[in-house]
Amino acid sequence: MIASLLSSELVALFGHFLILSLLAVGGAITVAPDMHRVLVGEMGLLTDAQFNASIAIAQAAPGPNVLFVAVMGYQAAGLAGAAATMAGIMLPSTTLALAAARWSHARRDWRAVRAFKAGMAPLVIALMFATGWILTAQTPGWRHVLLTIAAALLAWRTRIHLLWMIGAGAVIGGMGWL
Amino acid sequence: MLDDSRPLSQPSSRTDLFVTFTLLALQGFGGVLAIAQRVLCEQKRWLSREQFVEILAVGQVLPGPNICNVALMIGDRFFGWRGAFAALAGMMAVPAVIVLLITMIYAEFAAVPAVAGALKGMGAVSAGLIVGTALKLTGALRSNPMGIPVCVILGVVMFSAVALLRLPLAWALLGVGILACVFAWTRLVTRNADGGPP
Repeated sequence: MIASLLSSELVALFGHFLILSLLAVGGAITVAPDMHRVLVGEMGLLTDAQFNASIAIAQAAPGPNVLFVAVMGYQAAGLAGAAATMAGIMLPSTTLALAAARWSHARRDWRAVRAFKAGMAPLVIALMFATGWILTAQTPGWRHVLLTIAAALLAWRTRIHLLWMIGAGAVIGGMGWL
Repeated sequence: MLDDSRPLSQPSSRTDLFVTFTLLALQGFGGVLAIAQRVLCEQKRWLSREQFVEILAVGQVLPGPNICNVALMIGDRFFGWRGAFAALAGMMAVPAVIVLLITMIYAEFAAVPAVAGALKGMGAVSAGLIVGTALKLTGALRSNPMGIPVCVILGVVMFSAVALLRLPLAWALLGVGILACVFAWTRLVTRNADGGPP
């Protein structure tokens, strides 16, 4: 009984994340509101605190931020849950990305493909500025902003290893200077 | 300032891809994009800055985690689908184990002020690293057929739409993206008509 309930839940989780994968333009975090609606609301598998902690943990840990999906799955249904949500969020988008990469690479001399790459280049860079802006705006405070600006200048102009900068940020924050 | 003149290189094997992406992912706190640019363009020289922006553009408009799409495309370019799998597995496997281990102990440490403060500091730095990487990549726009002024205008419009107006990314990409690509198309046509480089 419990096993069948659990497996039906796993299939539901997998199916839901399969759909979200194809909607996640700009990364998995963009569909987090819908994950919240289903995991916390409809299925009641996670609490609000667990949901927020999932995102915080994945951001603090090394590796791609999409791993917050694995943390959610794990908190909802253990390792099988993590496997279900991760497989769901990754399979459709990776298949599509592989197909698109091959299609565009084979036609890289086409004017349309070159126009796409040239046209998108400034937008891609603008999106990185936007990400930095949004992350900074989330946590106000001038010390915080100063640290962000310092890190940006160092990453831009020097070859200091990025891990040193992250470490310095951890120390500055850990000492309570932010 | 930065040594971008060294000739491009390539991964020696699928194992090389896997190991490189694993090490790269393990250095990526608060996002992998900044360190990916450092390692792939500057240390390994597998990609030029321009190629990195191109691959990122494709990864950006497609659904799914951008950086995973980027890993996949780079792996595929060098070693076909097996390479794609090696790069993606490198990016995900070890970090996934680590993040789950952290999840298991997180509850005990989340309330410690020093831990919360350290996370805040790391967050501020990783936001800065993304901005620093963006500043570095602006150099790739010099060879853009649309010209620098148009690139700047498009960039400002896109930034305003996403960061200030908080429009949904998919709509902003569709709206500004079509405008930009059509303009780039006409520029490429003009240059060909002038007998410029194809």
